[in-house]
Amino acid sequence: MTDTPMIRMAAVDKHFGELHVLKDINLEVERGQVVVVLGPSGSGKSTLCRTINRLEPVDSGTIEVDGRALPAEGKALAGLRADVGMVFQSFNLFAHKTVVENVMLAPLKVRRQDKAAAEKNAVRLLERVGIANQKDKYPAQLSGGQQQRVAIARALAMDPKVMLFDEPTSALDPEMVQEVLDVMTGLAKDGMTMLVVTHEMGFARRAAHRVVFMADGEIVEDSTPDDFFTNPSSDRAKDFLGKILTH
Amino acid sequence: MNVLLDNIDLYARGFLGTIELFVVSAIGSLILGALLAAMRVSPVPILRAFGTVYVNILRNTPLTLVIFFFAFAYPRLEIADLSYFTRACIGLILYTAAFVCEVIRSGVNTVPVGQAEASRALGFTFTQTLSQVVLPQAVRNVVPPLANIQIALLKNTTIAAGFSVTEAGGIYQALSERGANVFVGLLWVAVGFLILVVPLTLLQRNLDRRWSTAR
Ligand SMILES: Nc1ncnc2c1ncn2[C@@H]1O[C@H](COP(=O)(O)OP(=O)(O)OP(=O)(O)O)[C@@H](O)[C@H]1O
Ligand SMILES: [Mg+2]
Repeated sequence: MTDTPMIRMAAVDKHFGELHVLKDINLEVERGQVVVVLGPSGSGKSTLCRTINRLEPVDSGTIEVDGRALPAEGKALAGLRADVGMVFQSFNLFAHKTVVENVMLAPLKVRRQDKAAAEKNAVRLLERVGIANQKDKYPAQLSGGQQQRVAIARALAMDPKVMLFDEPTSALDPEMVQEVLDVMTGLAKDGMTMLVVTHEMGFARRAAHRVVFMADGEIVEDSTPDDFFTNPSSDRAKDFLGKILTH
Repeated sequence: MNVLLDNIDLYARGFLGTIELFVVSAIGSLILGALLAAMRVSPVPILRAFGTVYVNILRNTPLTLVIFFFAFAYPRLEIADLSYFTRACIGLILYTAAFVCEVIRSGVNTVPVGQAEASRALGFTFTQTLSQVVLPQAVRNVVPPLANIQIALLKNTTIAAGFSVTEAGGIYQALSERGANVFVGLLWVAVGFLILVVPLTLLQRNLDRRWSTAR
């Protein structure tokens, strides 16, 4: 059983109306693996990420998390989502809850933990992301980097099997990017299974086991970071890297 | 003044009827309206369709027609024997709930979609997403227009009275039977309604100010 991949996508297709956003996607992410998804804007990276917990339903194909096919909308799907952490570009912290309440809410309501245990765990996680001293503030009172670290703590509070990140640093001022990447690197070191959509090449080189390159809804390359950055095989990847590096 | 004092029993009974009708219908319409709003934003297509059709029909039907149906047509259907009071409540609830639904729905739509997505991604069910995340944030946009709808409901109870005498708007019929001055009598009814509506309006203004300055 331990060799079932944590995420398995097979022959996945998806359209938005006429637009074919995901074309025959086949992707497996092993336990403990960190996979970085790269690609130009509009290539379908976010959509790919969001199909894994069915925030976007697909047209056809199979998606399995930890060996279980994604259930249809309903209680079973909610149960599966509880095991899949997700971090958004725009943080999406609950605006009407304080930082510590944000982290506690799902453990309380979804996992039915008791309040004391949930709070203790929340504070521990906020310490881990370096933000415990802000725990009674509201999200709007924090900087972007701080909000994103809270969002990571909120996802971790559910003790997820895998974490999905959709451009977690793209909405941040440059000086705050590193504090978020540091938290993510720490997670990767601790053996968390991660799928990360990002434009941070440094993170891809340092923390990723694999790089998946997408263009026009297709997975064009799937290799180690070393191979991808030094020796990309497709023209589209070469073109992409050329643009990024001259930036 | 004499018309009022001589017939104080009528007025008391009438306005008590109004208040009863209003309270029951207000609570009922809020509950039904919230359920309809949940349907209209739910992921289940049939529920969404039902909510949409319901709201569009009821919002575009004159209240008089709704009440007329429950006053005269419903008893002939011989489904269940309901008192006029109950039938009036049902009519007012069904009608007002359509407006409540739309106000809640537009309040819900002001909450950024990312809030619901984050909540779903954490494993909240649809109901939990609504009750824990979306509705608490929608409240500040929803309360002032809801108060408006309830004020309209209070005035609409008179329409229910058009078909019966157990309510304030029906007082004039009883007055004319007693041979009192109907015109003066009606003025007092209007004053009574003002007394009921003014506190609601003040409450609504107050809430409006409170919510618009909060955060
Ligand atoms: N809800 C939607 N409805 C219609 N089209 C959509 C929707 N979401 C995304 N798209 C389109 O699908 C394509 C892929 O979008 P996606 O967000 O997955 O790209 P991306 O690789 O994440 O891009 P970026 O780097 O800009 O975030 C784009 O052309 C986008 O306009
Ligand atoms: Mg994207």
